[in-house]
Amino acid sequence: MTLMTKIMGAAAAVALTAGAALAEPALIFDLGGKFDKSFNEAAFNGATRWAGEHGKSFREIELQSEAQREQALRRFAEAGANPIVMTGFAFGNVLSEVAPDYPDTKFAIIDMVVDQPNVRSVVFNEHEGSYLVGMMAAKASKTGTVGFIGGMDIPLIRKFACGYVQGVKAVNPNATVIQNMTGTTPAAWNDPVKGSELTKAQISQGADVVYAAAGGTGVGVLQTAADEGILSIGVDSNQNYMHPGKVLTSMMKRVDNAVYDAMNDGDDLDMGIYVMGVANGGIDYALDRHNEKLVTIDMKHDVNNAKDAISAGSLVVHDYMSDNTCPVE
Amino acid sequence: MDKMPQWADVVLIPLISLLLAAILSALVILAIGENPWAAFKLMVEGALMRSAGWGYTLYYATNFIFTGLAVAVAFHARLFNIGGEGQAMLGGLGVALACLYVPWPHWSLAILGASVGAALFGALWALIPAYLQAKRGSHIVITTIMFNFIAAALLNYVLVNILRPVGAMDPATAKFPEATHLPTFRDMFSTADNIMFRGAPANVTFFLALAACLVVWVLIWRTRLGYELRAFGHSESAAQYAGISPVKITVIAMLISGALAGMMSVNTTMGESERLILNSTEGAGFIGIAVALMGRSHPFGVLLAALLFGFLYQGGAELALWTTIPRELIVVIQALVILFTGALDNMVRMPLEKLFLAMRKGDA
Repeated sequence: MTLMTKIMGAAAAVALTAGAALAEPALIFDLGGKFDKSFNEAAFNGATRWAGEHGKSFREIELQSEAQREQALRRFAEAGANPIVMTGFAFGNVLSEVAPDYPDTKFAIIDMVVDQPNVRSVVFNEHEGSYLVGMMAAKASKTGTVGFIGGMDIPLIRKFACGYVQGVKAVNPNATVIQNMTGTTPAAWNDPVKGSELTKAQISQGADVVYAAAGGTGVGVLQTAADEGILSIGVDSNQNYMHPGKVLTSMMKRVDNAVYDAMNDGDDLDMGIYVMGVANGGIDYALDRHNEKLVTIDMKHDVNNAKDAISAGSLVVHDYMSDNTCPVE
Repeated sequence: MDKMPQWADVVLIPLISLLLAAILSALVILAIGENPWAAFKLMVEGALMRSAGWGYTLYYATNFIFTGLAVAVAFHARLFNIGGEGQAMLGGLGVALACLYVPWPHWSLAILGASVGAALFGALWALIPAYLQAKRGSHIVITTIMFNFIAAALLNYVLVNILRPVGAMDPATAKFPEATHLPTFRDMFSTADNIMFRGAPANVTFFLALAACLVVWVLIWRTRLGYELRAFGHSESAAQYAGISPVKITVIAMLISGALAGMMSVNTTMGESERLILNSTEGAGFIGIAVALMGRSHPFGVLLAALLFGFLYQGGAELALWTTIPRELIVVIQALVILFTGALDNMVRMPLEKLFLAMRKGDA
């Protein structure tokens, strides 16, 4: 009898939490999953930081299938979750259809622009950060050849590559940049073995600094660079700690800040396009105890000058996605 | 005389298998500190107690009906087609080409055209393994599973290099034109003041799947071709002696099987995403094997098994939404059901057969 009441009570509790209106925010991870050491994990960290600082909780789901995108959005919206934050450009199509059905719910999407009155679109100026680490790569290189390894071959990653090349050429116009993409499918985000092979190929062509903009594939790039005694550059999160003294720097894209801000603003979330760049701290290069010996005073001076110039608007880095071309190769 | 009555084979064995899977799943959920009864209730409420839940359950079931029928038809000729996944992928390409490049005036014509496209592409993808099996004796299990990988690579190439709109990031085609959008259950069953199936992807393709069940039943048990197919499946040499060409039957069975698997894409590509995406099949081709095994290769059994798996998929999504049960564990629960109903069939069957034999001896 007591066991039965206990079970019924628990069932009722679950049913209640499932149905009751919750004012707590929700976070939807893309198919890559929560713990990818990069993009999605940064979002999770931002949400956890918000929850910890404010003593609140948030709902989350890792998707299993494409059909669940719309389902997760609608179910959270119907349950009263607000705001609903999602990571990744793949939500763009679905969100533009779902958002008008829930005018009182606020949505935030990262890495994509969705033109709806109740959506905040957070996009990052990755080309600016890539420009900065490109300058550092050119300064650290002794051979005059540096490498770039992208994940999936999409315009977003070409935007990284283009900014990087511009930064390299700004320091050394004669430098050679070897560019490789890991693949053309989402599997390219998580293929460290291929990342390692590409790194070896680039080293054999003379590269002595390699920039990985490839999600989980970058783990293999950084590992091989460290093994072979060349320098590497991490991406999205600060990855300097992964191989202390071997990672020159990391191009930080503060997805965690974007998620934190969205949850913090809660119902007062501003709508519209929200650009995070060097100027507002959304994009930066990483400097910590793991790489301080690698970053010379001269390097730091020049990069900080460029940072100020970008913030002030006197230096404009070309954005590949604005016209799908890159002025330098 | 059979070892046990028909009803035991069709009803009792699947039920016992399900019960075993449920008990094991409950233990797994208990082990991570959640309440299995509450989880089960949540699955039932989310999948069957709301019209939107039904909308998802039936959407998944539609996929599984097509792929289940595909495996079942081939299995009647004792051909084990595990290439449903690849055939469905190619079927998606057929749907996309039909929807993008033909100016359809109305969805009813478009669904016919897209079904033909899907069936044609799916059947063509099954034709090569079928030919290799019939003429060269290359085992169909090996070739069909290898063709899944070729299909994935081919689709990847076509989407990334040919069909992707300029500047888009997703490896996907452009959105299909408005006229090809299929009516969803919401459009069909909602009244002005009572919106049903809100946001659910179930669409008119479900009825196409029901029709496919009927057609397959007629084909297998009421036509000459179906008789030849079953005769060939029971004994190749006897069929040959009766004047049935093994080459012809192998190829035809695989063509029908591939066409059915391909038609799954009408549901996912035309009905749900309304554009062709890279990962539209999501393993439904493999689930079809379990569905056919559990449904005893009978269209009605396939329908019931597909509904069960649709429930598991939608219920699993509800668990992911409202509990802290991680998604990997939800896959474990789904896998347990497949394991018990498909792979471990004999574990339940053999003791049960012994039991029935013993009972019969007791009677005599």
